[in-house]
Amino acid sequence: MLEIKEIWKTFNAGTVNEKQALRGVSLTLNEGDFCTVIGGNGAGKSTMLNAVAGTWAVDSGTISIGGVNVTHLPEHKRAKYIGRVFQDPMMGTAPSMQIIENLALAARRGQRRGLKWSITKEEKVRYQEMLQGLDLGLEDRLSSKVGLLSGGQRQALTLLMASLKRPRLLLLDEHTAALDPKTAAKVLDLSDRIVSESGLTTMMVTHNMRDAIQHGNRLIMMYNGRIAIDVSGEEKKKLTVHQLLDLFSKVSGSNEADDKLLLS
Amino acid sequence: MINFISALPGAVSQGLIWGIMAIGVYITYKILDIADLTVDGSFCTGGAAFVMLYGNGVNIWLALLAALLAGMLAGLATGILHTACGIPAILAGILTQLGLWSINLAIMGMKANVAINVTDKENLDGLLVSLRFVQDVAKGVRPFYRHPILVVGLFTAAMIGILYWFFGTELGAALRATGANPNMARAQGINTDTGKVLGLVISNGMVALSGALLSQYQSFADSSMGKGAIVIGLAAVIIGQVVFGKIFRNFAFKLLAVSLGAIIYYVVIQAVVSLSNINTNYLKLISAVIVAVFLTIPYWKGKYFTKTTHKGGTVHA
Repeated sequence: MLEIKEIWKTFNAGTVNEKQALRGVSLTLNEGDFCTVIGGNGAGKSTMLNAVAGTWAVDSGTISIGGVNVTHLPEHKRAKYIGRVFQDPMMGTAPSMQIIENLALAARRGQRRGLKWSITKEEKVRYQEMLQGLDLGLEDRLSSKVGLLSGGQRQALTLLMASLKRPRLLLLDEHTAALDPKTAAKVLDLSDRIVSESGLTTMMVTHNMRDAIQHGNRLIMMYNGRIAIDVSGEEKKKLTVHQLLDLFSKVSGSNEADDKLLLS
Repeated sequence: MINFISALPGAVSQGLIWGIMAIGVYITYKILDIADLTVDGSFCTGGAAFVMLYGNGVNIWLALLAALLAGMLAGLATGILHTACGIPAILAGILTQLGLWSINLAIMGMKANVAINVTDKENLDGLLVSLRFVQDVAKGVRPFYRHPILVVGLFTAAMIGILYWFFGTELGAALRATGANPNMARAQGINTDTGKVLGLVISNGMVALSGALLSQYQSFADSSMGKGAIVIGLAAVIIGQVVFGKIFRNFAFKLLAVSLGAIIYYVVIQAVVSLSNINTNYLKLISAVIVAVFLTIPYWKGKYFTKTTHKGGTVHA
């Protein structure tokens, strides 16, 4: 479903701030894979997700989604294939627009937007039912401005928006990192539910090793702009935090990274 | 005082005309979150194009349409400079505005101002609005429905209707999302560059239309007629928001508030002019002060006058 081949990305090339963020990353995800991505700060996790989403162009390598080469497509054109939830709850929704307007915008992802009315009557009923399923009390607030919602509510809504029009690929970029633990757990549960219900191919970046182990069927750990560890299937099911740390020490050849990973 | 009251219909008419321009400013400033300085130039472009065409016998509606299109082209230029060339929006607007200064003069045959010959009765009767109609209706020589307040009021209502419809469509919603959160818009497959260009095109089209109406009203176009237009537009937007923000929630009413804001602005200016013996050259200064004051009010209100609430317990700093 997702095929990343040898992608490289250097920021601020030729300056003192030069940073090789991605150094030949290759990754293939099968249809329905739920892959969690961990790694320390600056390891390249979010950079890889942004490369796939098309926030900027990669220096070299190719990215294809469902057999379509998207390497040179701009962000808004790739959006046809990709649903996204960002780390910052402010980023995924339009605060000055109503809940229903946000949902209607998301329902038309990848379609030509013309002069038809932006929200149909059928949609209203459908969204109400969907929001009821979220159990956040949003079903009666369809015409409230999204700016009035809490961070957790906004992330849940963004999640719903990302999956409203079935994406080929769902990208979750530390989408619970800015939430309190209780809300984070709730949003994570919801993510699990949405992913398994529609069998979405998903990549989820997280800082939390336990979450990375508990969710999904595959786990990759990034280090220094490369994929250092790739675990899947039965092996992943049995994985513990300690094993993961050991594994990482071996790959990176040092122990100091342990603290960096745990503390970050 | 009598002076002021007799000048009131004229002030309201002018306010309504500038209100159409202010609605254009609202689209860029409020919806797209861009302070577009093109308007100082495109306002005159509309006026110049109209006067030249109408003066040469072109049908009045065609002349208005041409003015609208000329303004849209100006918006397109700013849009392309901003998106395709990566120039910051404010600077892109200033560049277009500067370029338009020459273009506007060229449209007017390199003259600083061009008049519509209103001593010709046929010419005058063909106009939709004119300063003279205000007096004519008052004297009873012209039917009431030729009064500029009514005619421009209908224009404004039609504009608000069209914009209300447009911003309710899929494309309009995409444009609003572009201004509200470009990151979200792109993630939902919206081309934010196209959105910005389209917004600038629509906005400047309205600004030029307003310029065409003003040149009709005063029966001439002049190369400096758009000077400070952005400030008047912002004044109308902000006055409308401060005065009617609490009552008007619906989008159509928000646009109406902008138009009413422009009327209030012109009535206040008229009051200052009629009730004091001020030199009219000070009007621009007064405009700038009014806008600065109205921009300051909401900011200070939020900063110094919000009541601090303590949610129980004692506060230890």
